[in-house]
Amino acid sequence: MLESLVFLPLLAGGIMLAVGNSSLCRLLLPLVALVHTGISTRVIIQVACGERPAGFFGLLAPDALGTLFLMLASLLFLATSFYSIGYLREEEQAEERTCIHDGRPFTNAPERRFTACLCFFLSAMSMVTTTPHLGVLWVGIEATTLSSAPLIYFHQHRRSLEATWKYLIICSVGIALALLGNILLSIAFCVPQNGAATIVLTDDVDSLGWFMAHAGQASLPWLKAAFIFLLVGYGCKMGLAPLHNWLPDAHSEAPSLVSALLSGALLNCALLGILRGHQILLAAGIGGFSSSLLVFFGLVSLVIAAIFIVGQGHYKRMLAYSSVEHMGILALGIGVGGLAVQGALLHSICHSLAKCLLFLLSGNILARYHTYSSYDVHGMRLAMPVSGALWLAGFLAVAGSPPFGIFVSEMLVLKGIFAHGDLVSAIIYLAALAVIFVGLSVAVLRMVQGSRPGDMPASLRKRREPAWSVVPPAILALIVLGLGIWIPDWLWQYLDKAAALVGGQLAAPDF
Amino acid sequence: MFFANVIFLLLLNDLFLLAAPGVTWLIRLTAFQGVLLGSLLFDMDHALLGAAVLGIKGILLPVLLARTYKHIGRREKTRHLNHAIAVLMGVLGLVFSLWLENRMDLMPGLFPDLLFPAAITTLFCGLILVVGRATALSQVIGYLVAENGIFLLGAPLMAAGAIWFELALLLDIFVAVFVMGIAIGHIGEKFESMDTARFRSLRD
Repeated sequence: MLESLVFLPLLAGGIMLAVGNSSLCRLLLPLVALVHTGISTRVIIQVACGERPAGFFGLLAPDALGTLFLMLASLLFLATSFYSIGYLREEEQAEERTCIHDGRPFTNAPERRFTACLCFFLSAMSMVTTTPHLGVLWVGIEATTLSSAPLIYFHQHRRSLEATWKYLIICSVGIALALLGNILLSIAFCVPQNGAATIVLTDDVDSLGWFMAHAGQASLPWLKAAFIFLLVGYGCKMGLAPLHNWLPDAHSEAPSLVSALLSGALLNCALLGILRGHQILLAAGIGGFSSSLLVFFGLVSLVIAAIFIVGQGHYKRMLAYSSVEHMGILALGIGVGGLAVQGALLHSICHSLAKCLLFLLSGNILARYHTYSSYDVHGMRLAMPVSGALWLAGFLAVAGSPPFGIFVSEMLVLKGIFAHGDLVSAIIYLAALAVIFVGLSVAVLRMVQGSRPGDMPASLRKRREPAWSVVPPAILALIVLGLGIWIPDWLWQYLDKAAALVGGQLAAPDF
Repeated sequence: MFFANVIFLLLLNDLFLLAAPGVTWLIRLTAFQGVLLGSLLFDMDHALLGAAVLGIKGILLPVLLARTYKHIGRREKTRHLNHAIAVLMGVLGLVFSLWLENRMDLMPGLFPDLLFPAAITTLFCGLILVVGRATALSQVIGYLVAENGIFLLGAPLMAAGAIWFELALLLDIFVAVFVMGIAIGHIGEKFESMDTARFRSLRD
């Protein structure tokens, strides 16, 4: 069953490439998403019940942490696949396409390549989230880069090409450094500490369980060096500042549904790579080293995101910087440890759903207003009332306002920081959140309020919002809202279980 | 003796890469590096992997890069780093990696002589190429060289049963360079150049 999480999308992608019929592609995509979500749900239930499903010669054996990110990737893929049916139909019907920035005409990449790469992307993410083998994890993360690069270049114009190139080179070199981290990790286990016996490398040497079981015997300086390279390598892919350069470009130039997947699902996969390293350092008793690095990078990301969000006119870049901010919060929460880890994991759920919602809506806004500038978009409440309302709700969710789930998770992280007694971090955290709230609200309120632009063509003025463009975001909004109002006990228990793997505190908080 | 000679050639090749005047020479030197890497693996009794490396890094990828270059066919004009400075940085990288080998607590016999500094120097030279050259193709070559260095460092640690992993890694690198090659083809068409210094439109 686990194998099908990886091989089913792979097979579907292969069929799409081979057959090439666009109606078949559009039928297969949601079908694959539905089956994948079904299997992921079954796996997460198994893991929640204490089972440890395994498959494909033991290379796929998800734990609570991986399954959490698997479920998120699966849900987001489901939402975007339904969105993509209408999106691709509209793209096919478009008579002429010109770049919004320079007015040059461009063509789209073949639809079958786009849908096939979406499936390959899902397959790679499933591999990353289900494997306990650090080498396979590396191969999977590199595969996510390679399968998502053609997705960013769907609209074949200069800007998207520039973004794709930056993404490919920066992430590939970054991930190569993570491979170096993997190798240093192996070296750490080949150099016995004073007095300890030499460790015999066995065939399951690269699996997380093996590393953790032998962590006490590993050489600590090599372990620290390995974590630094894993953090820099996967941190580059995760968008931790100052390694985030590719992220705003790729997120702003990719089609909106791709940006939604990149931000909501892919960044989590890269985080998982870092967390695996953190788990090993915790087992070796030097979790303080990795924690302090995570806190440092988390705070830097928050501050850099705050600087770039204020006054950001490009609304998709604004969302991209918001992702940098939230990745910072995740790193900070996990670095602080204790209760903040549960907060960070809850945050990853809420952020993924909210960011997917916002990016999908940004596609609707772009289709209606034909501009990326938040200064040129106004009167959304009249021009597109449903998207406008959801955009506002999405903003409130992502900025951490009650009653949305991110408010709860950000409070938990704050509570964790206070429990840790780190006042400086708490001040930077709160200040950055406040600045980002103001920065986001100025742009979002400007877009929603006001009157419709006078120069909007009549055909666009009267157009209704198609169901495919608003139903998936609306469902996502409802889930984020639900998580802010009531978090079921089973979810708390599951978060406890996942948090315990990365230094979290057991028992649900009295919140 | 054979091993030490190949390592010496590899280090020399690294410095030549930094001094290479154009993309054609870069591709030739990368191919030679693939051959050297393959022969080192043969010498370390990893025959299957050595053959795979020889085929992919020594022949397939250089042919792919050369075809892409022929398809675009323009000379390199912009670079961010002067050749002399690049070579000097490469030499400094070599000195640093020798110092690092003495400094770090390496288990005797884990790495064959000089393998550690050669791998780290190759990694450095690859990174210098990625940062120092402006042509998209040179950056791909830099990535490939850096990855060669990492691959070399990992070779002695390979568990006997884990060859599938190294092959998966090779396949990944192959697909990476393949996808980058396609992207370069598009860059050549859209920008009438493969000079990444023209990439200026995306910024805040």
